[in-house]
Amino acid sequence: MSVFVLRRLLTLLATLVGASLIIFLVLDALPGNAAQMLMGADASADAVRALTVKLGLDQPLAVRYLHWTKGLLVGDLGNSYAYGTPVAGLIAERLMLTIPLAIMAMTITVTLALSAGIYTAANHNKLGDVGVMSLTQVGIALPNFWFAILLVLLFSVRLQWLSAGGFAGWDDGIWLGVKSLLLPAISLAVVQAAILARVTRSAVLEVLREDFVRTARAKGLGKREVLWSHVLRNAMIPVMTVMGLQFANLLAGTIVIENVFYLPGLGRLIFQSIANRDLIVVRNCVMLLAAMVVIVNFVVDVLYAFIDPRIKVHDL
Amino acid sequence: MGARSNMPLIEVSDLGVRLNTGRGPAQAVRGVSFSLERGETLGLVGESGCGKSVTALSLMGLLPDSAAVTGSIKLDGEELVGLSDADYCRLRGNRISMIFQEPMTALNPMHTIGHQVAEPLRRHKKVSAAQARKEAIALLDRVGLPDPARRVDAYPHQFSGGQRQRITIAMALACEPDLLIADEPTTALDVTIQGQILDLIADLVEERGMSMILISHDLGVIAENVQRMMVMYGGTVVESGPTDEVFRRMGHPYTQGLFRARPKLGARKGTRLKTISGTVPELADLPSGCTFSDRCPLVIDRCRAALPPMVDVGPGHLVRCIRTDMSMAERVGALTA
Repeated sequence: MSVFVLRRLLTLLATLVGASLIIFLVLDALPGNAAQMLMGADASADAVRALTVKLGLDQPLAVRYLHWTKGLLVGDLGNSYAYGTPVAGLIAERLMLTIPLAIMAMTITVTLALSAGIYTAANHNKLGDVGVMSLTQVGIALPNFWFAILLVLLFSVRLQWLSAGGFAGWDDGIWLGVKSLLLPAISLAVVQAAILARVTRSAVLEVLREDFVRTARAKGLGKREVLWSHVLRNAMIPVMTVMGLQFANLLAGTIVIENVFYLPGLGRLIFQSIANRDLIVVRNCVMLLAAMVVIVNFVVDVLYAFIDPRIKVHDL
Repeated sequence: MGARSNMPLIEVSDLGVRLNTGRGPAQAVRGVSFSLERGETLGLVGESGCGKSVTALSLMGLLPDSAAVTGSIKLDGEELVGLSDADYCRLRGNRISMIFQEPMTALNPMHTIGHQVAEPLRRHKKVSAAQARKEAIALLDRVGLPDPARRVDAYPHQFSGGQRQRITIAMALACEPDLLIADEPTTALDVTIQGQILDLIADLVEERGMSMILISHDLGVIAENVQRMMVMYGGTVVESGPTDEVFRRMGHPYTQGLFRARPKLGARKGTRLKTISGTVPELADLPSGCTFSDRCPLVIDRCRAALPPMVDVGPGHLVRCIRTDMSMAERVGALTA
């Protein structure tokens, strides 16, 4: 087991180094001068040169790459070109919103999807199955921003239970923060849950057809017992794969929902930095997203091995 | 308990099973009747799709929900047809156990073998986890798994096919059932292992006084392992009787064809295997009358009119054929024509 984890950790590190190289090359080494871009086309050559030196852009590529990666390791990411404040602080502030939002949305997704998926598989081809599966079809077809607007109309405008947007932060208590993230989390979760429910259903149905399910029934276990003790664990592998992808997507790809609810999340920071040509923020944000995706995949891999005894031995 | 002694363990009468297949409803089994005493062994022979596995699954109550079972199956006088699933669960793995064909897929890859062998004990005998584990180790030892105390916590993928079949046998025997159903238990195994597994099953059946229904398409396996046999074709029993008697005087043209079609040791190289001409009929569209009539060399018009009755041709030996005078008179050559 530990050998397996160690090997996966090494792969993770190698992937991160590769990602950092690509990100650095794409954003820093390609033609174009960041200083010129920042100061505009009309700036004098002297001013541009002064800024170039100030930003360290006159250094050789390798030196700049090493400087950046050293900064990544110690948490010193430099200052934003646009705001003049440390990039690490900017990102940390946004993560205070993005990570809790992703966790809330994922919790709702998993709760809805697993119950719907297991229920429909256990009632295969019965009325409940057809009904819930039609609902998931609708869920998949819904654009989440439109669904978000409907939620705002109902819960904020009509019922006035929740605010229509903005983020209360965590200083005034956890509940206020959670409350302001509730509608965005639901909007994000509904579409994902619809997809995950279908994945769960087909995974469970697949396992239900396995021979060992019949063996378990032949031992005298009831249908429900077989489902819980023999089927679900086997069905979790494909379900977890999709869960991992969805969680990574929640960390990086929520900009539309952030805009609907005026949330200062990571997605908006990246969007604004690109608009401001704030390359140092863009570079570090993209690196962070890459790292989060790689880490989520690592966690999923380790969970696979935890669930399925065949994986450990196979990889040892 | 007194009533039990003079009552057969299993009594099946006029069993019929209707399955919903992709091609519409099909009468997979019809008019199957037999009884089995305690300690008696019965073989079911036939080609794939002849209804032998469906018969076994109907005894286990494990047919798909859409299947309709008619007739009667009695275990010690208790009617099993129409029993609720909860009541059936009390019998399965406890009084009736089953060994399946594919040991590679019959075990759950996520659970240790010890857990899987102990499961019926935990369920039916309500023993503690520690006690169940001890008994599981003893069972694994009995079925000949090497070093069971150490390997009880291993997973199925760490065992070979033969070892896995030993594990499923241990599982089936855990609660000392009255009836063991073995559905092609050696078909998926290497030839060298097949004999060992069959010997193990035979030893255990004798040692525990169990009754057994052994299902196989292999006449050799049937000849060596059971006291009585039934030959099935197209969902009906076409011949039944004591194994020795049936092998000595095969009455049904189908049984004779099956016997002729088996490969023989010592046959000259290049000799083609004998076959039965035609194909196995689709269960959804069986001929009216004798199910074998379309392929039978002795067929006459009357064969197609109605399902022939079982004809008594010897001690306990029944044949579902109206032409036994012909088939049994000129057995040699009846099918070569």
